[in-house]
Amino acid sequence: MAYSDKVMDHFSNPRNVGSLDKNSSNVGTGIVGAPECGDVMKLQIEVDDDGQIVDAKFKTFGCGSAIAASSLATEWLKGKDLDHATELKNTEIASELSLPPVKIHCSVLAEDAIKAAIQDWKRKNGK
Amino acid sequence: MALKLPIYFDHNATTPVDRRVFEAMTPYLTEHFGNAASRNHPFGWKAEAAVEHARRQIADLLGAMPKDIVLTSGATESDNLAIKGVAEMYRDKGNHIITCVSEHKAVLDPCKRLGEAGFDVTWLTPDEFGRVTPEQVAGAITDRTILISIMAANNEVGTINPIAAIGRIARDRGVFFHTDATQAAGKIPINVEEMCIDLLSMSAHKIYGPKGVGALYVRRRNPRVRLRCQMDGGGHERGMRSGTLNVPGIVGLGEACRIAGAEMSDETARLTVLRDRLHEGISASLEFVTLNGHPAERLAGTLNLSFAYVEGEALMMKMKDIAVSSGSACTSASLEPSYVLRSMGVSDELAHSSIRFSLGRGTTIEEVDYAIAQVTKAVTELRELSPLYELAMEKNDSAAAT
Repeated sequence: MAYSDKVMDHFSNPRNVGSLDKNSSNVGTGIVGAPECGDVMKLQIEVDDDGQIVDAKFKTFGCGSAIAASSLATEWLKGKDLDHATELKNTEIASELSLPPVKIHCSVLAEDAIKAAIQDWKRKNGK
Repeated sequence: MALKLPIYFDHNATTPVDRRVFEAMTPYLTEHFGNAASRNHPFGWKAEAAVEHARRQIADLLGAMPKDIVLTSGATESDNLAIKGVAEMYRDKGNHIITCVSEHKAVLDPCKRLGEAGFDVTWLTPDEFGRVTPEQVAGAITDRTILISIMAANNEVGTINPIAAIGRIARDRGVFFHTDATQAAGKIPINVEEMCIDLLSMSAHKIYGPKGVGALYVRRRNPRVRLRCQMDGGGHERGMRSGTLNVPGIVGLGEACRIAGAEMSDETARLTVLRDRLHEGISASLEFVTLNGHPAERLAGTLNLSFAYVEGEALMMKMKDIAVSSGSACTSASLEPSYVLRSMGVSDELAHSSIRFSLGRGTTIEEVDYAIAQVTKAVTELRELSPLYELAMEKNDSAAAT
């Protein structure tokens, strides 16, 4: 199976790899997937007082498409406000990366990770 | 010598045609194009003579008689013919078949189909190294058992089964023994007499022959095995496999067998050194690497490793100059990792993290050293990206702190 150029680009030069301080009240952390399923994504967002995402980081255990999907997600999240971030759909990620049907679950996982990170930030901040 | 990239470490998938094999074949594509079944002119005689010469070369590799060799389109067909052929022919005698869950799909699926058709199939589970024991087989035989099908060596992990002992048990209990020797023939010594093998499947393209040709050894005496043919037609191959013979392919299979037999001991020694160098080199530079398969009873060219915290398909993408294969699910639509590794008790997580390196005739020490460096770099980079690795390191630190 050949990978799309965009998958190869994100896989070879992943954006925003790393970790934010998960104990900080400004940081929301989402960890989704399971090692026994071959995919685990950790996606973190840092949110300022105006509800803007000022930073996003990820670490992913998974195939190239899963890594690319999470890299792309962090890129899209940066600078967005939380309301817009909540609206990000897996289909947008899948179409941007031209994921084949067997890899759609990678984009679903990325959407789940975004939602989980936002949820975590909201929980911490009582929203 | 300059390294030619990409490097091929997937010889268990297929091999290039050996130049000597290619040269033996070419006259039979053009000049000697006759049909081996044409009995009335020299074109046919020439083709038939070439087929019979090849049949002897194949038989010699297996310690068999030329007449015991049925030529097929490859190991999948040989497996189907052996298993379904015996089941249909001996249904009155019994309806029980014994096999193992880590067999190739070409054995599993015919057995499954027979299961649907009313046969009773016992699916043995291999041990942690991928081996089936003779005791397991002996314990599964009933008075309704008509066939035991256990592979000689596993394609994913390279583990070699104790087929001589299994063959002995089968013979003593009056049950036919089939072995899928697709990965073993030409790589380890096989003798159908000494190992009490009644049926043996093999393929040309795993041993530097062409694709689309293989053989099934079918014992003709002590005891005689009869098969219900799966391809009806002109009655070729003693009625067991109709269809005009693939003369150039068969000539290629014969020559491939001759070379494999002649060079087996030297090549096994050479590949063992290279494979162990690859294993030791990787293990010396990376932590959390585990071997899948038997440490000693293993094909010389096969090295299956799990790299914890890294997913197999991503690893293959990173090592773009090295052609390998993976037990990761991501290469298949099923999302389930390798059934072979799972049957050996390897966790799903480590099965997703597995890579099979299979070395072969063209593999050089320079290639092995290059691969060690590439693997190390790729695994290190992907672990930097892995939340599981991060978690494991944090646990390590907190354990060290307390």
